[in-house]
Amino acid sequence: MNLVTPDTGLLFWMVVIFGIVFLLLWKFGFPIITSSLESRNKRIQKSLDDARALEVKMQEWTADHARMLEEARKEQSAILREATDAKNKIVADAKVQAQEEADKILSKARTEIAAEKAAALADVRREVAVLGVQIAEKILRKELGDDAGNAEYMDAVVKEVSRQKDSVS
Amino acid sequence: MILGLLISMMLLQAAPAAPAEEDVNVAEIIFEHIGDEYEWHITEWKGKPIAIPLPCIVIDNGIHVFTAHHAAENGYTFNENGKLINAATGKRPFDISITKNVLSLMMSSLLLLIVVLITARWYKKHDALKEAPTGLANAMESLIKMVDEMALENIGEKDYRKYSPYLCMAFLWILLNNFMGIIPFFPGGANLTGNIAITLTLALFTFFTVNLTGSKHYYKELLWNPDSPVFLRPVMAVIEVFSAIMKPVSLTVRLFANMLAGHIMILCMVCVIFIMAKYGPLMCGGMTAVSVLFGIFLDALECLVAFIQAYVFTTLSSIYIGLARSH
Repeated sequence: MNLVTPDTGLLFWMVVIFGIVFLLLWKFGFPIITSSLESRNKRIQKSLDDARALEVKMQEWTADHARMLEEARKEQSAILREATDAKNKIVADAKVQAQEEADKILSKARTEIAAEKAAALADVRREVAVLGVQIAEKILRKELGDDAGNAEYMDAVVKEVSRQKDSVS
Repeated sequence: MILGLLISMMLLQAAPAAPAEEDVNVAEIIFEHIGDEYEWHITEWKGKPIAIPLPCIVIDNGIHVFTAHHAAENGYTFNENGKLINAATGKRPFDISITKNVLSLMMSSLLLLIVVLITARWYKKHDALKEAPTGLANAMESLIKMVDEMALENIGEKDYRKYSPYLCMAFLWILLNNFMGIIPFFPGGANLTGNIAITLTLALFTFFTVNLTGSKHYYKELLWNPDSPVFLRPVMAVIEVFSAIMKPVSLTVRLFANMLAGHIMILCMVCVIFIMAKYGPLMCGGMTAVSVLFGIFLDALECLVAFIQAYVFTTLSSIYIGLARSH
């Protein structure tokens, strides 16, 4: 039948035209396109690989970073604890020392006060004695001239004064 | 949709040519559309045919060039299949006329050449690493990439670059001509990939590519199979050679039959309208709607088949090449 019998003319033209177009495209067409596509494919693949490598590196870096941060935090807390301990110790030491110092000053003050007090008393006594003598002098100068009864009064005064002195001391 | 509309427009134009009183010769119409002609009959206008006259070139004691109308003056006439024969001897001369199919073949091949060269020019002028292709180059890239990857997959990293151009060429050529065949008016409409001479040539290109560039291992396995017992080897050789020959035959028939069947189905749908014309306006109108809907469906199906058949032909070719390159 006509349909399934290949026509020689068409066969001839098909071989010639397909052949020519194929040779032209083989030389000037497809290799240019496919090589461009291939190089682009390679480039894309390389970029992807690079990105993946970078991602891995990034993860390593992040892990390193976290570890370092953790270490620093530990160190920091250790330092802080040490500092607190040192501070507490210093404060305690200072308290003890201050107490001792205060005690020392107090006792010294006490002895000084006692000494001052004794000295002051001695002074007062001396002053009183001098005053007593002066008073006595003045009274004597006025009274001692006439009466023998003054001698009795003198005794009484002396007694009184010494009594007063006793009561003071 | 557009194709469907175009078909119905074509029908409106063709309607006066098929008067309702006459019986429609469906077979004649169909064979006229799927066959080859010595002129490109486009349509009829007011009873006169509009056709592109094409040169008949005949080699028969020298080259004779004439148009089909002047065949008799040059001593040629047509046989029952409509082919030129020598009026004196009644024999077929070597007939390399530019027929409808040959003209279509030239136009589509030129179109493919231009399209691929434009695409290649884009890659020459631009750095594909920095720019994405646009327009035509972008559209072609996806197809070429698909075939290139198919070649890589079936032939292997080592050899595929050598064969990729042929596979690209076969795929794009078949795809383009399948689509041109679906277009119902002038630049398309020739039934090129549904013509056995065309598919046979394509299959022979694959056959020679496979069998002229095979590896030693391939020929050894073909002719003296080392895996079978010695007394079976001659038998195996016969079977293997037969199967090697059947491969291009199956490629030929598969593409040819698929495309031809598609064309015939669509033409039948169109013919339904003319057959129904004599059963009255209601019947004709109803059947017209049905056949236009079916026509749209078949055209969509044909678009799918056009791609699938191009893909199948190329895949099988790459697999055959891959087998012949195995080590």
